[in-house]
Amino acid sequence: MATQSLVGTKNRSGQVVTDAWKMMHEAERSPCFFTGSEVIKEAIRRANCDVMIAYPITPQSEAAALIGELFAEGFIGDYFRGESEFAVMSQCAGAAFGGARVFTTTAGPGTMRAMENFPMWAGARLPIQMIVTCRGINSPLSIQPDTLEISYLLNTGMLVWHAETAQDFYDWILKGYMVSEEPDVHLPLALCCDGFFVTHTKDVVNLTPADMCLPPYDPYRSPVPCMDMECPPVRMMRDPFVMKSNYISYATHASWQQEVWAAVERSRKHTIRWLDGLIEVDRPDAEILIVSSGTAVSQGREAQALLEEDGIEVGIVKVKTLRPWPEEEIRQATKNAKHIIVPEFNVTGWLAKEIRATIPDADRVYAGPHVCGGMTMPPEVIAADIKKHLGIKAESLAGRGS
Amino acid sequence: MSKERIKIAPEMFDIMPSEYQDLVDRATYGKEGRGWKDIGTSKELIEEHSLCAGCPESMAFRYILASLPAPEDTVMVGSTGCTSLVFPHVGVHNIHSLFGNQNAIASGLKRALSVRFPGQVKDVVVLAGDGATVDIGLDMTLQAWFRQEKFTTICFDNELYANTGGQESGLMQKGFVAKMAPVGKTFEKVKLPEIARESGCHYVVNCTVSKPNLVEKVIKNAIHVAREIGPTYLQLYTPCILEIGKNSMEGLQEMRDSEKPTERFAYKEYVSDEAKELLTELAAKEKERKAAAKKQLAEKQLAGKA
Repeated sequence: MATQSLVGTKNRSGQVVTDAWKMMHEAERSPCFFTGSEVIKEAIRRANCDVMIAYPITPQSEAAALIGELFAEGFIGDYFRGESEFAVMSQCAGAAFGGARVFTTTAGPGTMRAMENFPMWAGARLPIQMIVTCRGINSPLSIQPDTLEISYLLNTGMLVWHAETAQDFYDWILKGYMVSEEPDVHLPLALCCDGFFVTHTKDVVNLTPADMCLPPYDPYRSPVPCMDMECPPVRMMRDPFVMKSNYISYATHASWQQEVWAAVERSRKHTIRWLDGLIEVDRPDAEILIVSSGTAVSQGREAQALLEEDGIEVGIVKVKTLRPWPEEEIRQATKNAKHIIVPEFNVTGWLAKEIRATIPDADRVYAGPHVCGGMTMPPEVIAADIKKHLGIKAESLAGRGS
Repeated sequence: MSKERIKIAPEMFDIMPSEYQDLVDRATYGKEGRGWKDIGTSKELIEEHSLCAGCPESMAFRYILASLPAPEDTVMVGSTGCTSLVFPHVGVHNIHSLFGNQNAIASGLKRALSVRFPGQVKDVVVLAGDGATVDIGLDMTLQAWFRQEKFTTICFDNELYANTGGQESGLMQKGFVAKMAPVGKTFEKVKLPEIARESGCHYVVNCTVSKPNLVEKVIKNAIHVAREIGPTYLQLYTPCILEIGKNSMEGLQEMRDSEKPTERFAYKEYVSDEAKELLTELAAKEKERKAAAKKQLAEKQLAGKA
């Protein structure tokens, strides 16, 4: 492969192009104490990106601006501020159509404004990576953490991953390109995290060496032609399907949608390899399981420790990828569970609905607790909800009125 | 793209579609001085199309494709509308993604091509209708100009939403009664050429497509200026004969009527000083090329006689 043959050479900024598996799994790591935004910058420094397009919206503005610094230092081919998220996502599409490895970031209302682009990205098979630092999308205006926007991304045909920690973020940005650029996948990736909780807090993250970078993107491995006029143009069709109401037209659109979702399915094997599974399970034999994604997993772990003090054993299932959806994994992980608790940072409980639709005996699922609008989720609340669900009398929590 | 890329292996030649054989044998990729006069003697970069009979857009498409200075290194960006029915038949790479985002797509595309092919010609040309350019996409049209993105924007101005059945658009004339303008449009035709000039376009032309030689000239100028200096804008009147109550044979006359000196499509041009300098230089080079070709031809003829 062209990109593999570049291993050992230097890229535009003098970094050594390194085999991605070796870089991520074998290269020596060094710890840093950074905010999530700084970690995004450090991942992109090593991602051999061609184009990054930015737009300010809290809480991703800092990361987007830091990547501008990378551009000024010569690590990125081109970088500019677009005029709105709708435009930015179209600019990202243009750059990806032209064969570039593209990166962007957005959040909350920005995700919603850009929404028309996402099924187009997937349908056009553009392996753009977009960081989503989730925040409220409700009115009145909110900039606080809230994961409701993820639910809107689930049916776009994009890959959707939900990072828990800054370390996830660092590794998954780099691994994400390796999965989404596979010729049998070649889909965009929405790499989500909970805004502020991950972007604005500092954590110890183990970084790969700064003088190593991923192999460049090879647009000629794409399953659809790269729009750079370097391969012969073809006459695509005699009658454009958009205008036709006939069986061939319907069949074309139907089969292409099926192909996009088949590509999501095909990403499974690559994702399992790179992320070491689509879920992570702690204490699979526990009768009570907390199943969640994002920082709700961290809070679940704290609740697990609290309940352990009371002699209640709780297991944890961390859902890493939402698309592809780890259907079989969740079914297996929950097969012995009597109570499945799904804490979420949003009002509708979309994750609980997905889980209910996946497993037998869905009445085992307790959807909650739900916090939204920027509320934090103290582990005490999760622990109290679990006790309540089990019929164990719990001490009342201050301010809850129970 | 090198012309070598489109060559067909001799063993495979006979099984390729005749249109493709034609593209390889008789198209004008890489031909110096290509232009509208190649129409009829070479393979055009547009095959059949599914526009209405007599639609001036189809004339515009043929002239524009014949006039691209480097089709072998040109990527076109379209938008939703009648033009999106034609692009699938066109012999250059082209992108349709959403309605109205064409100048955003082109911004990302041009930058990606500049990163990937530094120092090489890769022209990007946007071609969209007036709804896409002036209404739903106006933000992105203008912002691309503000940012001095180096590509050409062509607007096929038919003064309404043709593809959806003749609704009011921003470029429609005041008073015109149309769908969604049941008592007549209440505000003036948007002055996009003037706005383009103020927004930083270096070459702006407002005209009809009645004269192929004129279309060739403005297309070449616009693309050369965009390649070297910055954004350019062409607003071409391509009337929707269907929606203004004309017959198939009347499109050309409609354009001629509308380009009279007092009419709204009288030829108007703005060229920045920088662009003027470039165009003068290019014209001199073209003159030299033609003179040299003429001389060569004369010498050949002389040699033939001898």
